[in-house]
Parts: sequence; structure tokens; C-alpha cells
Amino acid sequence: MRGVFDIVGPVMIGPSSSHTAGAVRLGLMAGKILGERAVKAGIQLHGSFARTGQGHGTDKALLAGIMGFLPDDERIRDAQALALQQGLEYSFQTVNFGDVHPNTVLLHLVGVSGRIVSVGGASIGGGNILITKINGYAVELTGEYPALLVLHRDRPGVILQVAGILARRGLNVAFMRVSRQARGQESLMIMEMDEALPAAVVDECCSYADIEQAMAIPAI
Amino acid sequence: MMTEFNTLAELMAQAAERKLPPYELVIRREMETRAVSRAAVWSAMQKNWRVMQAAMAKGLRSEERSLSGLTGGDAKRIFSRRQQGFLGEAALTAAARAVAVSEVNAAMGRIVACPTAGSCGIVPAVLQTAAEQRGSHEDEIVAALFMAAGIGMVVEQNACIAGAAGGCQAECGTAAGMAAGALVQLAGGAPPVICEGVALAMKNLLGLACDPVAGLVEVPCVKRNGFVAVHAMVAADMALAGVCSVIPVDEVIGAMQEIGRLMPAALRETAAGGLAVTPTAQAAARRIFGKSSCS
Repeated sequence: MRGVFDIVGPVMIGPSSSHTAGAVRLGLMAGKILGERAVKAGIQLHGSFARTGQGHGTDKALLAGIMGFLPDDERIRDAQALALQQGLEYSFQTVNFGDVHPNTVLLHLVGVSGRIVSVGGASIGGGNILITKINGYAVELTGEYPALLVLHRDRPGVILQVAGILARRGLNVAFMRVSRQARGQESLMIMEMDEALPAAVVDECCSYADIEQAMAIPAI
Repeated sequence: MMTEFNTLAELMAQAAERKLPPYELVIRREMETRAVSRAAVWSAMQKNWRVMQAAMAKGLRSEERSLSGLTGGDAKRIFSRRQQGFLGEAALTAAARAVAVSEVNAAMGRIVACPTAGSCGIVPAVLQTAAEQRGSHEDEIVAALFMAAGIGMVVEQNACIAGAAGGCQAECGTAAGMAAGALVQLAGGAPPVICEGVALAMKNLLGLACDPVAGLVEVPCVKRNGFVAVHAMVAADMALAGVCSVIPVDEVIGAMQEIGRLMPAALRETAAGGLAVTPTAQAAARRIFGKSSCS
């Protein structure tokens, strides 16, 4: 059974939990994955997001999320003007990704330091989201749990290294997934955690030779 | 003992057994499942109530149109007629407030989904209006909101609250049940009377289609919030007058689920049937989305 505040709640900016509140959360996740202020956003909208997005303010909601606004922030309606003020250049494009969820978006973000990420996901109803792609890797991330993302070489023992770092700190893994481009190539490990991740975890992951990059994404 | 209930009959039986008001069990279940204090749960609901109040006040003042231009300004119109209407002042005030919240939602303002964004005006409108009539303390309203939440939780568990799953009977129908039950509690009705109010309110909206123009949460949703607020007040008054639903509330919820299952997809929030495919609606959709999508 759902909780009290799933029924009387959430507090949100209208008009639609899926097309507005969920869109803010998708933008928010993409922004957190970028990990720095975005200066450029190329946003590809699929299906219902493309067709009815304008009437639902989906475009404003995505930009607001990228800028770090929460789903109940009254500045969402002015997100386009605020984006330009903050030096966030954006463009929207209608695309057809084929047989995916009707409320799907792919966000290409460039950060202030030049860092680039692409994050794809869908708003799956009631303001809930599912991130399905990060930099081309298939993932499943809901934003409900803090997550550790580790980009590493596909080699025996890397999972154990990361698991060891977490175990030594008593941090529990709730869900885990590993995906790779090809055998022996670059690979992505995602762990959704029961507790927030201390910054030292990321630093320690990066000290291993086979780990290229690690990132802690807070729950949203 | 963990607090758990799957039907309204179970909730009411446990309340009687533990000699507690049913809303208190709703609070305790939340405290237990999330391991938080009663004060935290209570103050979170109090915050939601204040957001609801702010939305009502804003919507009654505003004449702002929605992004699509389809709705806006009607709350103020209804409110200005509250003393001349066929209905009494309370009913028209509640209708105006429900439309007000819904208009704020359509214009990208801040609301509390209750149970959804499309049905967000009904519960706050009837509670604010009844509380003014009765001089209720804020604590009584917050308690009534917990009762409303408990009703919605049971409906979500045994049927659905999304228009895409069960049509508008699942959104505004559930809100009507939540509102009627909350009103009966506010008036001091006993737990079985709360159930009668919920059953009467939900039964009369069974089969309601979700066929929004251009797929937006505006037509017929905004004005429907006003209608359904009054509908919930009638159901609460019937229950308090001693009217009983022949079909018990949990069976009504089961019937809603069954009807939702039988309902064609065209009438479940897809904008592929009903009002959404009328010539006027299709022209409106072309006007709204004909402009470059998401400029």
C-alpha cells in the first residue's frame, strides 16, 4: 500500500504529474549526473512529451530540473528566461526513438568545465521517473536511492574492489547492475544504496587503476 | 502490533477494536512504515494544507489563463455569484474554490496532488468551506486530511487512482470519496457513517470517462473539480442524514476497478475518444500544438 503523502501529495507545480513534475525530476537527475552547472542543453523529446509537452510545460520543467529546481518550485514557469539569464543555452528537438515509453527524453548536457553527458529516461507516471541511458549505457535508475556510478574496464575483480570500499564503510547496496560496450572494453557499474554516499567513496574508487571515473548521485 | 489495513472495513474494525479514531490508525501506519515521529507526520500534512489554502486564495483572485489558453478566470466568476445562486452560498463557494485550485494547477502554479493533480481542487475546497461553516480548528482539518488519505490509500490498493488506468472515476471519483469521508469526520460522524459517505460519493461517479481535450489537464477537468466538490458535500449530507448505500463501500471500490478494466483505452486519458475527438477539441489541439512543439 502507498503512503499517506503519495495520496495527499506530492506538493508540485502543475499541470501534470507525469508531464511536469516527472519532467522536472528527469532534468534534475541529468543535472546531478553532469555534476556541474550546465551551459548547454540539447533536449530530444519523444512521443507524448513531444506531442503534448508544450501545453504541459514539459520544456520549462526539464530546463528547471537541469538548473536544479525542485518539482514544487514556482520559478519553473519562468525557466526559459532564467536559463538564458544563467547562461544555459538550450534547444529542443522532436525525435522518434521507436518502441520506448511515450514520455521519453534524451538530454545532452555540456557543463561549465566542458564535461559532456547524455542522459535518457522516461516519466512513468505519478511523477516517478526511470533513467534508462547514461552516455549510451543501458541503466535503470529511479532517483529514489542514492547511487554510485562507476565507469571501469571490463575485468575480473573490479566489482569486488568497489564492493570492498562500500563494505569497509558499512554501506549497503540495495540494487546493482553492470553493463558494458563489449568484452574487455569500458563498462558501467551502478549501485543503488540504502544510505547517502560520503565523498571519500568516490575518491577511493578513482584510486584503482581499472576505474576510470566514479560518481555519487544523491536521491532526488 | 504493526498497523495494516487493506479495506475500509478492516480500517474501521481495527479502529473500533483499538478504541481509536480511524484517522489515527492512518497516522500510525505512516509512522511505522517510515520510522518517523507522529509530530513529523502531522506537520507534513499541516504543510500540505497550507499549500492547499494558498492555492485556493490565489485561484480566487486570479484571472490568468493556462498555457493553452483553454481555462482560467472561472473561479472568480463562480465566487462572485455565491450569494445569488440556486445553490446556497457554501456550495457555490466550494465549487469556486475547487475550480480555483484546478486553475492554479493548469497555469503552472503550486498545488497538492489529492489524489492526483487533475483532481487537486476537490478535497481542499470542501474542507475549507466546511471548516468556515463550523468554525473548525486547523487540527480538525489536518485530522480530516489524514482520513481522506486513508480512503485514497484503500482505493489505490484495491482499484486505481490514475485516469490512464481507470478513467476519471479513478481521479475525481476517488477525490469525491475522500472529500465526503473527510466531511463526515469533520461533522463528527461515526466510522460507519464515514464509509456511507465514501460509498455514496464514489458510486455516483462510477463509469466517468477521462477524455481531456488535447490531452491537457484542463477540459473538462477544471470545471469538473467544481462540480465534484458539490457532489461530495451532497454525499456527506446524505450519509449524515442516515442514508445508507445498499452496496458497501469496499464493494463499490471493487466495482470501480472492474469498470476501469472494462473501459476502452480511448476513454482513459489518451485523448482518443469522447470530448477529446469533438471537432472543437481537435481544432483546439491543432491551435495549441500546431505551433512548433516545445519552442
